[in-house]
Amino acid sequence: MKKAIITVVGKDTVGIIARVCMYLAENKVNILDISQTIVQDYFNMMMIVDMSNMTGQYGDMVNELENLGQEIGVSVKCQKEEIFDQMHRI
Amino acid sequence: MINIFEVAETNDMIEKENLDVRTITMGISLLDCIDSDLKLLNEKIYQKIFVSARDLVKTGEQISREYGIPIVNKRISVTPIALVGAAACRTPQDFVGLANTLDKVAQEVGVNFIGGYSALVSKGMTPAEEMLIRSIPQALAVTERVCSSVNVGSTRTGINMDAVKLMGEVIRETAEATRQQDSLGCAKLVVFCNAPDDNPFMAGAFHGVTEADRIINVGVSGPGVVKTALEKVRGENFEVLCETIKKTAFKVTRVGQLVAREASMRLGVPFGIVDLSLAPTPAVGDSVAEILCEMGLEYAGAPGTTAALALLNDQVKKGGVMASSYVGGLSGAFIPVSEDQGMIDAVSAGALTLEKLEAMTCVCSVGLDMIAIPGDTGAATISGIIADEMAIGMVNQKTTAVRIIPVIGKGVGEKVEFGGLLGYAPIMPVNGFRCDDFVNRGGRIPAPIHSFKN
Repeated sequence: MKKAIITVVGKDTVGIIARVCMYLAENKVNILDISQTIVQDYFNMMMIVDMSNMTGQYGDMVNELENLGQEIGVSVKCQKEEIFDQMHRI
Repeated sequence: MINIFEVAETNDMIEKENLDVRTITMGISLLDCIDSDLKLLNEKIYQKIFVSARDLVKTGEQISREYGIPIVNKRISVTPIALVGAAACRTPQDFVGLANTLDKVAQEVGVNFIGGYSALVSKGMTPAEEMLIRSIPQALAVTERVCSSVNVGSTRTGINMDAVKLMGEVIRETAEATRQQDSLGCAKLVVFCNAPDDNPFMAGAFHGVTEADRIINVGVSGPGVVKTALEKVRGENFEVLCETIKKTAFKVTRVGQLVAREASMRLGVPFGIVDLSLAPTPAVGDSVAEILCEMGLEYAGAPGTTAALALLNDQVKKGGVMASSYVGGLSGAFIPVSEDQGMIDAVSAGALTLEKLEAMTCVCSVGLDMIAIPGDTGAATISGIIADEMAIGMVNQKTTAVRIIPVIGKGVGEKVEFGGLLGYAPIMPVNGFRCDDFVNRGGRIPAPIHSFKN
């Protein structure tokens, strides 16, 4: 399984999750886990996704999600899972 | 599975606390380029470096994008040029030609620095090594990306005082040769004792002769991360303080290890070491001095500074060693003055002097680093400063270095601006009493008694 972590941070608005999920579905990226919190109107979401059957290139997905975030007015980051695993697991 | 808080912690480190991988440095051996024909030697060096490193920058950027971690610099270190050029170079000018070749290929492959315009003369100098050293002022004046280092002492060999004397003169000449740029050349020149073969950090990086043909070394950074972690344990005792630094260093180093492994795999070049150093930049919140202040000092340089730095250096190593399969290079805390806003503030406030910095170098990696001194400081005085620092390294079996900049035309109280990562610095006063007769004796200082371990 090739996993990545997508984080969305920004001002809460209607349809943030929907827009991101739609993009992922179109590119055959499977969502394994979603968690989110809202702190003082700030939306904070993390998704763990599986890219094994992804149609496009990983590098393109990073760019396209970033652009999508700009459209919605939030910051969207996509990072390979290893960086978090390495840092937080012995 | 990873949870949202862990993800947020990592991303805060990157976005708010300046966590980055400071450098991926590819070490390249030039021993197989050696030729007695100078023209051929230049061509071989260019080819070997170009072919080895042409994908380095691209690969670094790819990794950075995929993991969302900035990789600030991509660099190259090569076999000390004094060895590579010994068979072909007849004059210092020939060595300058090699420096130009290094500069050209560095620009071509897109790295910002190339280290290894170096000579290792801890016991004695060959004619080629002396020629290279004498060519340094011109080489650093006519090139942009070439970095130079000279190892003048070690615990096993003692200190080559002839080389120390020569380096005082060379530093002055380098300052003169680059006076139009506030003597910037000296910022690219390091004098070492016990220089490591695998240091990825500039200006002192070179690819030692004990190394493989090519190797990837990575230097991490993250003083801001340590400082932020310490903000949460204000007022706690030393046990808590030390544990916090250790855990933070572990996390920072793991990122370096990950990047090093990826870079090594993608470039098809073996992984060498991760250098655990806490390397500051002039950016606010990316300062080693601020960590010392966070521990409870008003300014770096206040009484207690050496103890605080010793503790920091040791805990960084303890945390980092477990996070990486191979640790090497300089591994510790860097205390460059011009590259660290907290250090600059401390000097400006009068809290930090050259003598206190010297004491601090006894307990951390490297040494007197990026210190601007008055332009009228004599060569013998600079040699005396070098000798003191080398003695600290020799006796304590550690690496020490001097990267000092006599800023021609400027004096105490004035400021000098180097730009970029090199930062700016207030010019510090130097002890004006003379040491000429000591420096001029000539010869070597013998190795210390505790070096005889066989």
